[in-house]
Amino acid sequence: MTTAPTAPTPPAATTTGAVGTARSRVEGVEKVTGSARYASELPFTDLAHGWMVLSTVARGRVHAIDTESALAMPGVLTVVHHGNAPRVNTDYVGQLGPADPTLGVFQSDRIPHVGWPVALVVAETSEQAREAAEALDVTYETQPHDTAFHADRPGTYTPENAEVSKGDVEAELAASAVVVDARYTTPEQHHSAMEPHAATARWDAGRLELVDSNQGSMWVADELAKLFSLDLSAVRVRSEHVGGAFGSKGVRPHHVAAVMAATELQRPVRVALTRRQVFAITGYRSPTAQRVRLGAEPDGRLRAFEHVAQCSTSTVREFIENSALYGRVLYEADAHRTVNTVTRLDIPTPTFLRAPGEAPGSFAVESALDELAERLGIDPIALRVRNEPDVGPVSGLPFAGRNLLACYEEGARRFGWAGRDPRPRTRREGRWLLGTGVAACAFPSGVAPSTASVTAEADGTYTVRITAADVGTGARTALTQIAADELGTTPERVRVRIADSDFGPAWVSGGSMGTRSWGWAVIAASRELRERVALLTDIPAEGVTARVNTADLVASLAQKERYSYGAQFAEAAVDVTTGEVRVRRLLGVFDAGRIVNPLTTRSQLVGGMTWGISMALHEEAVRDQETGGHVGADFAGYHFAANADVPVIEADWLGEVDPDDPIGIKGVGEIGIVGTAAAIANAVWHATGVRHRDLPIRPDRVLLAEGDAQAPDRGDRTDA
Amino acid sequence: MREFGYQKVLDVPDAVAALGADPDARFLGGGTNLVDLMKSGVERPARLVDVRDLPLDRIEPTPGGGLRIGATVTNSDLAAHPDVRRRYPALAQAVLAGASGQLRNMATVGGNLLQRTRCGYFTDVTKACNKRNPGSGCPAVEGEHRNAALFGASRHCVAVHPSDMGVALAAFDAVVHYETADGPGGTPREGELALDAFYLPVGDTPHLETALPPGALITGVTLPPAPVAAHSRYRKVRERASYAFAIGSLTAALDVEDGIVRDARLAFGAVASRPWRARAAERALIGGPADGDAYAAAADAELAAAETLRDNAYKVPLMRNLVVAQLTELEQEARR
Repeated sequence: MTTAPTAPTPPAATTTGAVGTARSRVEGVEKVTGSARYASELPFTDLAHGWMVLSTVARGRVHAIDTESALAMPGVLTVVHHGNAPRVNTDYVGQLGPADPTLGVFQSDRIPHVGWPVALVVAETSEQAREAAEALDVTYETQPHDTAFHADRPGTYTPENAEVSKGDVEAELAASAVVVDARYTTPEQHHSAMEPHAATARWDAGRLELVDSNQGSMWVADELAKLFSLDLSAVRVRSEHVGGAFGSKGVRPHHVAAVMAATELQRPVRVALTRRQVFAITGYRSPTAQRVRLGAEPDGRLRAFEHVAQCSTSTVREFIENSALYGRVLYEADAHRTVNTVTRLDIPTPTFLRAPGEAPGSFAVESALDELAERLGIDPIALRVRNEPDVGPVSGLPFAGRNLLACYEEGARRFGWAGRDPRPRTRREGRWLLGTGVAACAFPSGVAPSTASVTAEADGTYTVRITAADVGTGARTALTQIAADELGTTPERVRVRIADSDFGPAWVSGGSMGTRSWGWAVIAASRELRERVALLTDIPAEGVTARVNTADLVASLAQKERYSYGAQFAEAAVDVTTGEVRVRRLLGVFDAGRIVNPLTTRSQLVGGMTWGISMALHEEAVRDQETGGHVGADFAGYHFAANADVPVIEADWLGEVDPDDPIGIKGVGEIGIVGTAAAIANAVWHATGVRHRDLPIRPDRVLLAEGDAQAPDRGDRTDA
Repeated sequence: MREFGYQKVLDVPDAVAALGADPDARFLGGGTNLVDLMKSGVERPARLVDVRDLPLDRIEPTPGGGLRIGATVTNSDLAAHPDVRRRYPALAQAVLAGASGQLRNMATVGGNLLQRTRCGYFTDVTKACNKRNPGSGCPAVEGEHRNAALFGASRHCVAVHPSDMGVALAAFDAVVHYETADGPGGTPREGELALDAFYLPVGDTPHLETALPPGALITGVTLPPAPVAAHSRYRKVRERASYAFAIGSLTAALDVEDGIVRDARLAFGAVASRPWRARAAERALIGGPADGDAYAAAADAELAAAETLRDNAYKVPLMRNLVVAQLTELEQEARR
């Protein structure tokens, strides 16, 4: 039974105090002993293996595919391609927006970018499929391509609703005592989840079943149903364990190809991607070219705040990296203008990547604030405090809890910020120049409707069912704790089953909204169950089940600026003779709502901050303009922080609750990476006296900047 | 992935006989590079001859204070060996600067010498590469070449050798020993190559990397006695703190008496298709004063021959700074 209560959920009659207590993952032993099975490890009878064949040209058409030779190779069962694939429907709106044209796999001979799927070779074994796929002779008609992204490229445009402003920025800049006008860039970045994507499709008694690694089984089920014109009830998607997702594990071409092959062969078909294929077809964060202009009074009060952020997308889909959203909530100014712009190129379509928009946007804005503090001779924290808004700077909406000032205060105290000598290049230890930096961070705190069912079993235990996804975050454990408290029992007596689209619609693991969205549904269903069980003398053998969808509850939330906040502090060491940069200390203090599980939350925040180190110093996918494809798309070529790069990292939180959430949750999934790269870049400036406005801060950049800095005409300032 | 045969051998005569002159067969050591290349399709051998259990896993002193290192000695064992650490500390440091603990437990000395470049064009079979596919071109010259060579490259190939270990071996005049099956009646025949002669010039044949005869099995490496090597260091610069290939590295050894350089060794890593022995720098140093100006002049003497591309010129100041810093540290160490 589904009910839709309209009143806010009252707190549980009794709680066991599970929420707020550190707990290791309920599936932790399975994972560390290897008994937890991931998508590509589950056995199936009569399993066939598919191997994706991806375009090696950046623009053109498939001229011919020599399927005959491939079919003659050992074990090969079929070659699916645009000439024989079933038609799919890409004219629909899914849970996260209009269909991605990239899912129109094998629907035409057109090639819009390198890595576009051109065929799926299916064979008895994975090795046979790979051998035949790599031998498959595909000839192309090539057309000239353009994959070069840079600032202010011709063809760059402003999408609909991408500009927000108040006041007259030019007039306020002209009236400002000090102006910072600086340009920043961030490179193409990839999710790099530990577990590569893998899906197994099969037909079972008239139903399409997928065993998958995704961040939303209902999301994937719904899109596959629409793509293949099936009733949603005829599709079941499961995703028990997921080795990282970060935005890349939605519906992807390999899902569509696997379903096509399983349909043709009437056998289970598994398509698992290699690391290179993950780089090619599962999305990425667009590179950005950003310009920030700040105008201030001598006391630091901002008169003008302008942030124009350019990204790129493919020719098939407009996906915007919304970097310019960041400033709309953070800083007060008399005039405000924030714009996202985009350039269409012959490249794959980018997608959500941990803190989409906020991660690159915060690098530019928080770096510019530091430059302004330097110009004004004001402490970087004091400058931020001076421009702290009382209401949304552009929206005028009230804040639903904003404790950023307390984050600065607590962070400064623990980091030892007081007494910092603001002058750059004054601390040295052996070959290392040392510096410290700070940045603010913010990330939206949202909630989306979800359905949960909770069953009181006859043996006194409870079973929760919800199409949540645990992508490694500890969501399953958090939901166990939330349910236990609401049911007035212990976590040991609660079984949480997740990641099965048969459990009904639910939000995805995304937008830092998973635990809050699912937790709300679990609370509401648990409360409903308690009320019903209270009327019974005993529980029948089949148990008692309550099922609740939170759509109305969520819709009734008042419109406010809802965000998590934080202050990030970094200490960096730089050897300017070799260009090496090492982060020595990171501290993040967050205002992220009530913390359900301190253990896994700390992992989330520390993980996000580690991503920030990678973003600042390492990560960069390189595209070869000649071919339009990646060079070095593997973990030898695409670097992120190794253990030795990760120093003392501390993450802590204020623990203030969100008053509008039944649990008080805000969300912790993405805030850790926001602002971190800027704090590190600001520390590198403090260490060396050189501003690095292009990420990553590579050794060659540090070395060359040092050469420039020693030259008479210093080239490290672009201020107006 | 191509189906391949696998055979394990337990002695050297069997090994060289098993490989024979088959161009489609490869010796398998630790497999830390070859197996990766097989997965990505860069190497497609029909047969693997596993030489990991050959009795070549010893490190033995040679008369006069040198060492003979067996080809199947693992990187971990090499770096931990007391004689290596005492007599050739830079060699132990170089080995430990490479890869990860797990990889070093598998990787062997023989395989390390033969590892292939990590140039992103070489490792991607969808791209042109003269080393992998002769005549297809070198896109790195105009394309992505931040880690390309400064010395000895050609327009046909600008890739660098990835080894750390080799940079120390080059500094210490290592000699590579091998056996082939072309003795009388197919019996093993021994041969040797100085490391300088082991790697071939790039020229227009970047796919030909070593002077080893076809079918040859590396059996070991000899390090001749070198008192200066006891005062040596390896320093590696890379884009993260560990688990990355060098963008520039240096083996430096220095012997100073009364302020005069009596002996010096310098070898550069990640600047050429081979570990690069910096002989011009050594010549400039030896017999001259041991001071910062002399170190810088020595580095400049070597780097004068550097040929840079659009994006790898940073390696010139990098190597210059490394030379000065390391020689200065060695000199200060000697004075303590």
